[in-house]
Amino acid sequence: MLSIRNIVKQYAGHTALNDVSLEVERGQIFGLLGPNGAGKTSLIRIVNQITAPDSGEVYFNGEKLNQSHINRIGYMPEERGLYKKMEIGEQMIYLARLKGMSRDEAIKKLRYWFEKLEIQAWWNKKIEELSKGMQQKAQFVSTVVHEPDLIILDEPFSGFDPVNAELIKDEILELNQKGATILFSTHRMESVEELCDSIALLNKSKKILDGTVKSIKNSYRNATYLIEYTGNQLDLDGSQPFNVIEEIALDDSFTIRIKLNEGATANDVLQYLIPKTNINMLQEVVPTMNEIFIEKVSKLN
Amino acid sequence: MKKVLLIIQREYLTRVRKRAFILMTLLVPCLIAAMFAIIAYIAKQQEQTLHKIYVLDENGAFKGKFHDSKSKKYVTIDLPLSVAKDTVQKHEDDILLFIPATTDKKDSVTVFAKKKNTLSLADDIQSELNNIATGNRMVQAHIDTAQLHKIKSNIVVQAQELTDAGAKSANVGASYALGFAGAILICMSLFIYGAQVMRGVIEEKTSRIIEVIVSSVKPFQLMLGKIIGVGLVGLTQFVLWILLSTIVTQFVGGGGGHSAQPSPMMQFTNNLGENIVYELSCFMFYWLTGYLLYSALFAAVGSAVDSETETQQFMFPIMLPLWFAYILSVSYLFQAPDSPLAVWLSIIPLTAPIVMMVRIPFGVPGWQLGLSMFLMIAGFLFTTYIASRIYRVGILMYGKKPSYKEMVKWFFYKE
Repeated sequence: MLSIRNIVKQYAGHTALNDVSLEVERGQIFGLLGPNGAGKTSLIRIVNQITAPDSGEVYFNGEKLNQSHINRIGYMPEERGLYKKMEIGEQMIYLARLKGMSRDEAIKKLRYWFEKLEIQAWWNKKIEELSKGMQQKAQFVSTVVHEPDLIILDEPFSGFDPVNAELIKDEILELNQKGATILFSTHRMESVEELCDSIALLNKSKKILDGTVKSIKNSYRNATYLIEYTGNQLDLDGSQPFNVIEEIALDDSFTIRIKLNEGATANDVLQYLIPKTNINMLQEVVPTMNEIFIEKVSKLN
Repeated sequence: MKKVLLIIQREYLTRVRKRAFILMTLLVPCLIAAMFAIIAYIAKQQEQTLHKIYVLDENGAFKGKFHDSKSKKYVTIDLPLSVAKDTVQKHEDDILLFIPATTDKKDSVTVFAKKKNTLSLADDIQSELNNIATGNRMVQAHIDTAQLHKIKSNIVVQAQELTDAGAKSANVGASYALGFAGAILICMSLFIYGAQVMRGVIEEKTSRIIEVIVSSVKPFQLMLGKIIGVGLVGLTQFVLWILLSTIVTQFVGGGGGHSAQPSPMMQFTNNLGENIVYELSCFMFYWLTGYLLYSALFAAVGSAVDSETETQQFMFPIMLPLWFAYILSVSYLFQAPDSPLAVWLSIIPLTAPIVMMVRIPFGVPGWQLGLSMFLMIAGFLFTTYIASRIYRVGILMYGKKPSYKEMVKWFFYKE
């Protein structure tokens, strides 16, 4: 769907993107992660043809990216805004027509979206008369009204109130199910695990990690488990198949965090512990994306 | 191209629908109409006041020879001078004409009036007195006055301009007026509509819609659409002003009753004679190219700043050549339209739209006009190119304090 190959972008004095390559498959929800200033917005602007790369290429559906692809992409920038003095309906029509829709078609589609998001009563109101949430809904509509194949959202959840963020998230998922590919950037990791099929991690203008969320998480599993038990505190004699990393004593139970020895499995742990104590819980500790992100970034630094 | 048309359409419609636009469009013809109405009123006022002129003629040589007119009525009196003076002092519009027995000496005839402005009639009275006195003396010298009147010729000199195409009549005053009006109009509209372009760019930047738009169209298309859209707004306003002013002054200037009389606007265009097409097309050309040249610069300034208050340091160098050209034109250059300074300033694109306007009524050599026009076109293409390179970077820059150094850097950015 979208293939970004060896992109380099330099601004006077600093490099925004340094040899970045990405593959976004059709139908995916792709998360572009990274701390502020990592180059996410620069990359997104290149895909939107707002700026051009110094070197490297972008392919859209196998074709080299060109002006004809603009109408197939919907873009919601991080800095959002609309003409304040213009009526919302007229403005939406204008933006849709800039994306190549005819006036009649635009009105038809806009009516559908306005009803869906319950803002149809505001059609003739000026943007400055609308509430912030209403403006954000309108902004979202203008991004998707022309039924783009690729929807690009730069920090989509920042600035939205929780109710609207949830609403927009549901709409994004629905559009994805209907076949749209979604590329969004964020520095909020919790939304990533919930939504994304694949991610790429940018840091200091370089891509430092990419792949499906599942495979990345798998590769960061490090045989760590959390065990909660009741009874007397364990007295470990050294023959156990794990090392205790951390031990927390509560009123009536204990929680330990363990790391398996080389070659050992969770079953071995259970076999070792069952005769000794009452196990309430055994859970594998899989690092969150946030932890992976922090680990990866701090390791590089 | 379709997208540029869409942008032009939006820029045009949102501005034309604004209350301020409609107000301005109606206000200016109203002001012009009011001006004409006041002039007409004053003229009428002067005509209507009837001045009684008391003639105190000591030896009766002028008796009964004065002709009454609409504003003057002569009354012969026979009172002592001091009493007569008192009488006149009681009536504001009355005049006392004292003719002593001998009129040969200079300053011997005197008019007395209460109001200073009625004394302007003194010239009329003087020429009438002279006519009467001349007539009297001719009779005394036995000259047949009837014969003399037949011989007397009545020549009126008409101004004719000598050109290659042969002599043609031209009203120099109307040409001057058009040149001046052209220079002022161009100077004003460059400021007004240039500033509108700039404000439009700043609005898009501060409302943050710019990034949405440039993901659909190229920055250059957006800039072009905005400049053309605002230019059309200006054109609409001018055309409406001229049309409405013509209609309105027709009403006011015609005074209601005399509808056969052409309106002041029509008179003005008639006075321009055959030059009108040439002068108006020059005006249109310089208005258009001047606007394109300056509005591109205004757009670049708008793109570089975050708010209107930051524009000042960049506005000054843009306004400087305009003010310079304007002040020089109306104070000096119109008196020396063929001086080297005038010639050069009318060729340099930054000052040409204004300076050329005051030169055109006096005739400009073909090669100078051609060179100037060529440079105007080259000039606006050049400023548009520079402006678009600054613009495309500037519109996406926030929170950076703009400087000239920064703008030069932006210019050299690759796409």
